[in-house]
Amino acid sequence: MMTSATTLHEDHGHHGPAKGLMRWVLTTNHKDIGTLYLWFAFTMLLIGGSMALIIRLELFQPGMQLIEPEFFNQMTTMHGLVMVFGAIMPAFVGMANWLVPMMVGAPDMALPRMNNLSFWILPFAFGMLILTLFSEAGAPNFGWTFYAPLSTTYAPSSVTYFIFGVHLMGISSIMGAINIIATILNLRAPGMTLMKMPLFVWTWLITAYLLIAVMPVLAGVVTMMLMDIHFGTSFFNAAGGGDPVLFQHVFWFFGHPEVYIMILPAFGIVSQIIPTFARKPLFGYSSMVYATASIAFLSFIVWAHHMFTVGLPLATELFFMYATMLIAIPTGVKVFNWVSTMFNGSMTFETPMLFAVAFVILFTIGGFSGLMLAIAPADFQYHDTYFVVAHFHYVLVPGALFAIIAGVYYWIPKWCGRYYNETLGKWHFWLSFVGVNVTFFPMHFVGLAGMPRRIPDYALQFADFNAVASIGAFIFGLSQILFLYIVIDAIRNGKKATDEVWEGTEGLEWTLPSPAPYHSFSEPPEVK
Amino acid sequence: MAASNYYVPESSRLPIGTSIGLIGLAAGAGGMLNHSSSGGEGWALPHFVFFAGALILASVLYNWFSKVIGESRGGLYNAQMDRSYRWGMGWFIFSEVMFFAAFFGALFYVRQIAGPWLSGEGDKGISHMLWPEFVFQWPMFNNPAGADLPGPEAVIDPWHIPLLNTVLLISSSVTVTFAHHALRAMDRTRVIFWLALTVILGAVFVYFQIVEYVEAYEELGLTLDSGIYGSTFFMLTGFHGAHVTIGAFILFVIWLRIIKGHFTPEQHFGFEAAAWYWHFVDMVWIGLFFFVYIL
Amino acid sequence: MLSRTGLRLSSAITALLVSQSTYADWELNMPQGVTQVSQSIYDLHMLILWICVWIGVLVFGVMFYSMYKHRKSKGAKASKFHESLTLELLWTAIPTLILILMAIPATTTLVKMYDSSDAQIDIKITGYQWKWEYDYLGEDVRFFSNLATSKDEIYNKQDKGENYLLEVDREMVIPTGVKVRFLITSSDVIHSWWVPEFAVKKDAVPGYVNESWVNVPVGKEGIYRGQCAELCGVDHGFMPVVVRALSQENYQAWLDDQRAAKVAEAAAAMGDFSYDELMTTGAEVYAGRCAGCHGQSGEGMGTIFPALKGSAIAVGDVDAHIDVVLNGVPGTAMQAFAAQLSDVELAAVITYERNAWDNNTGDTVTPINIIDARK
Ligand code: HEA
Ligand code: HEA
Ligand code: HEC
Ligand code: CUA
Ligand SMILES: [Cu+2]
Repeated sequence: MMTSATTLHEDHGHHGPAKGLMRWVLTTNHKDIGTLYLWFAFTMLLIGGSMALIIRLELFQPGMQLIEPEFFNQMTTMHGLVMVFGAIMPAFVGMANWLVPMMVGAPDMALPRMNNLSFWILPFAFGMLILTLFSEAGAPNFGWTFYAPLSTTYAPSSVTYFIFGVHLMGISSIMGAINIIATILNLRAPGMTLMKMPLFVWTWLITAYLLIAVMPVLAGVVTMMLMDIHFGTSFFNAAGGGDPVLFQHVFWFFGHPEVYIMILPAFGIVSQIIPTFARKPLFGYSSMVYATASIAFLSFIVWAHHMFTVGLPLATELFFMYATMLIAIPTGVKVFNWVSTMFNGSMTFETPMLFAVAFVILFTIGGFSGLMLAIAPADFQYHDTYFVVAHFHYVLVPGALFAIIAGVYYWIPKWCGRYYNETLGKWHFWLSFVGVNVTFFPMHFVGLAGMPRRIPDYALQFADFNAVASIGAFIFGLSQILFLYIVIDAIRNGKKATDEVWEGTEGLEWTLPSPAPYHSFSEPPEVK
Repeated sequence: MAASNYYVPESSRLPIGTSIGLIGLAAGAGGMLNHSSSGGEGWALPHFVFFAGALILASVLYNWFSKVIGESRGGLYNAQMDRSYRWGMGWFIFSEVMFFAAFFGALFYVRQIAGPWLSGEGDKGISHMLWPEFVFQWPMFNNPAGADLPGPEAVIDPWHIPLLNTVLLISSSVTVTFAHHALRAMDRTRVIFWLALTVILGAVFVYFQIVEYVEAYEELGLTLDSGIYGSTFFMLTGFHGAHVTIGAFILFVIWLRIIKGHFTPEQHFGFEAAAWYWHFVDMVWIGLFFFVYIL
Repeated sequence: MLSRTGLRLSSAITALLVSQSTYADWELNMPQGVTQVSQSIYDLHMLILWICVWIGVLVFGVMFYSMYKHRKSKGAKASKFHESLTLELLWTAIPTLILILMAIPATTTLVKMYDSSDAQIDIKITGYQWKWEYDYLGEDVRFFSNLATSKDEIYNKQDKGENYLLEVDREMVIPTGVKVRFLITSSDVIHSWWVPEFAVKKDAVPGYVNESWVNVPVGKEGIYRGQCAELCGVDHGFMPVVVRALSQENYQAWLDDQRAAKVAEAAAAMGDFSYDELMTTGAEVYAGRCAGCHGQSGEGMGTIFPALKGSAIAVGDVDAHIDVVLNGVPGTAMQAFAAQLSDVELAAVITYERNAWDNNTGDTVTPINIIDARK
């Protein structure tokens, strides 16, 4: 019904986008789809962020003030899900869509129609998920990690929609990843050998591999939940010989690589930006590639560090502790390489560079707390406290999110042909930088002092720092409205960008005019 | 025939149609399950949404594949495009492997780790205090909850239907290879013959699988509700069976296309993709035969 | 509310500025705790923390140095070096060594934590939504421990007490100087039993039993507070753990008291109870244990928690009513209260439910009825 045999004949010949709204719905163009992903991700950031703000309002002081515990649980769950699957991941896919074809010298993505499909599944899936908030049973309330049996036997009925929503997101991610891999492996311009690819492309190649390896496992685990809930199986029920902890093993087999899915492309972006503004080639290109690959490999054998307190046998704990600690080594290599790239450079600090530098510092702080969590005996004290919340927000917000923001500032002149307003950009940076630290640094303290996570109300000794964190959250949240303004302002009124955009940039994307033409490279460029 | 530039399709209604079909399927299925679980009324809407979604999906996919076939036969694809499809199919199969890996992982976990713990062995053997009657064995005829959650009375004997099915599937992998050789040798009658045989073998496999399920449910008390043995058994064999069905259907479509004269000895990736898929399904079955039925 | 918010806001800011707080125990760091294990964990924590801090100082130091020195505005010219095998090997090797150094104490501590042999006392801890049950194995002592903070405190209608959210109606009691083993499990979803001062945190997984242990040194008698540390549903935040450590003599005395009280209670149940007595006790029990789900005046909550006011069961057959309360409704939040409440309390709360809020059935359910129903 949607189409007919005539589509075979339609549209051949004319180039450039169709007009009106339908351009965005029907597009097969990697740039259009990239744009769609990015705007979708930003919308999700605002929605997920608003949920975070509700959480922070309730936690501003002890006692229940605004919302009920039940709704609070729905907010934490939806906040986590929306941010992880709706904001960060799609934003990176959007970046990949825009940049990978331009960076490898391809005309478009390898499978353009499937590319559109990957995107358009998402708004529907998230629409369904978010609508459950308005249903009678309420939205999912079992945390973004949805541990069984809280998410099976004891779950609200919206869990069924949640499960199907996860299936859809999985399908979308897998197709997106397949597309990216095929593009990178098959559509590189002549001469663009693997070891000449920009690091962003490398990190995405490895990320895509991780996605294809673990999204099906997530699909598997939600399918087992579905069966337990509706068809009487006993996967997570000891009475029938199953084990609730089995859920956690399968979930974290997905979940841990998932967190690297959210950071590897960020590494890639930062590795593009720092050399540009240090005016110096990236230090240790090949060790960057090997480090990324090692992180990806290790990410498959560390999952049980999320489960140190579930009662694993001693030998298992030790194995996962050692394996987890190893990740610090390749990650350290990356950090040292970035610092060495800056060393003896000739640096300027435009907004993308500011965000990239902040990324290096704050991500490393998040990495340090990660390493502390990896020490199993100590994790018995840290686990499920705000120390963990502090850890992962440091790697996710000033980590993944800052890298995305840095990337947007860095490439927006290429995308739109116009510069953003540098003064406002700096304002955005400093507000975000201060806001993020005021929000998340105190969480280390309350966590160590013993405040559990996922609670709507807390004992009195945690009050001060929670108030501070809430204030920080509003500073940080509101400064993202400024970001929105800056982007719109750049698109509308920005100063015309040169093709090179930044002084001395290297890479195929900068050889294209600004804004980049609708079809990137119809003729593959020659790479020396 | 090969186009010199990489073919970039113009904008298309197919993907959005697919998305709409998928969300209809998902939302409808969600509604149907929730209603049947709560036994409430208002089932009409979810059913409508589900079937509308399924219909949309089926028709859009039909068009999509027709279109791709048309483009391919129209000579729009060059060797590079062909490679894109190969990478795509290869990685798709890898994702399927990982999907099955989740269920195999669950099977190994309950057999090697959780089961022994529940019956008092190993590091968490102390859990036995909650289920003092429970003795772990595999197949698991008694569940920890005992009489409240009865286990199966018997399980499928691997040396009857499953063995037969193994033979069927392995031969079908051979026949599809014969078909491939024939296709490369441009021997259309033999292609048609071997491929038809493959599809028939697949269909017979599915038929026996159904017979086996009926026996399990009606005679052996082996069901989805009979504890973890039934859970892992039906999930693994069920998803596998679904894949065989899909694979056989795809091969059937390929067969029709061959009859219509599609494919050349040089360019027949549609055929190869279907064959890859079929081999994958076959490999999964061998894993199943060992780990689910025999061991 | 707004002015209070303002007040808190300014006090929080003041607190930040003068680095002093109005709250006595303003903690920034992990507690050292009272046991050997908690102390070694604390030491481990500080060790890694300082290692990370120093690595950070070093790395960020170099970075800030070059950000300051090698700026274009200062006329810095970029050099072109972009690799150095020596350096790269060095900064792979050094972190590896540091990590090995960390792993050694971590391993020994973990091994110690996992050694629960030679315990003299076994306590089975069972998590319920949202309370803990403590069963002193072999001692015939068993009871539930519920949050004691009132709804009025939580909803800001009353000032919050010192141990807001960290207080329970009956504490777990353990002796000092003895290795006590905990056998932790759950009856519904996963909970986690956590007392920071003991550095004991172990998940309570339904259907499985986890082990942990504590040995509180003599001289460290006192009250130790913690919370459930695994999301377990609506009232996850309202599920504290409180442990009172007593000297061994006092612990024995406490055990004896518990047994005596149980005998006395059983005897009392056989006695006579007036309707009024039952209604008074019933109202208390109801407010403490049932109102959370069924509402202060039996009006229920949302669609999941039924109203008891005028409910078919509460005004219908007495035996059915007793059965629901004793045995719960499997698969719903309505638990079996048979083990959680005494005969008297059960009789009282059922009597109360059958007569309060215009239910007026006039029935009196006596403890004897309950004892009969238990058979
Ligand atoms: C982008 C996401 C991201 C990233 C990159 C990381 C990175 C790491 N994480 Fe994190 N983590 C999360 C997201 C992420 N994490 C999330 C979301 C959760 C919570 C999930 C939930 O429960 O909801 C979590 C939870 C989590 C836990 C479980 C805590 C608990 O629940 O009890 C653990 C435990 O080991 C852990 C460890 C680590 C480690 C060791 C790293 C390492 O990769 C860090 C490596 C980096 C460095 C170490 C810094 C740089 C290195 C150097 C400068 C070299 C020299 C350093 C040394 C030798 C020390 N993480
Ligand atoms: C993936 C990325 C990600 C990001 C970017 C964030 C961003 C933020 N998160 Fe986090 N968070 C998670 C992932 C993330 N989070 C995860 C995975 C969990 C665990 C969930 C679980 O336990 O299951 C979690 C949990 C979590 C908690 C713990 C909840 C609990 O345990 O009870 C808290 C508490 O403070 C919190 C706060 C915040 C804040 C203040 C931000 C801020 O950075 C947000 C900034 C705000 C904005 C960007 C919004 C701006 C919008 C407006 C100003 C309004 C305008 C609105 C419209 C126009 C619609 N988050
Ligand atoms: C954690 C929540 C919770 C608590 C606490 C709780 N109940 Fe319930 N109760 C329920 C739920 C849910 C049902 C509905 C069960 C069902 O679906 O049939 C229920 C049902 C009942 C019914 C049957 C009412 C009807 O019309 O179906 C009675 C009587 C009852 N509870 C009494 C009590 C008493 C007495 C207490 C306290 C001692 C109590 N409940 C505490 C959740 C709770
Ligand atoms: Cu019990 Cu959280
Ligand atoms: Cu992890």
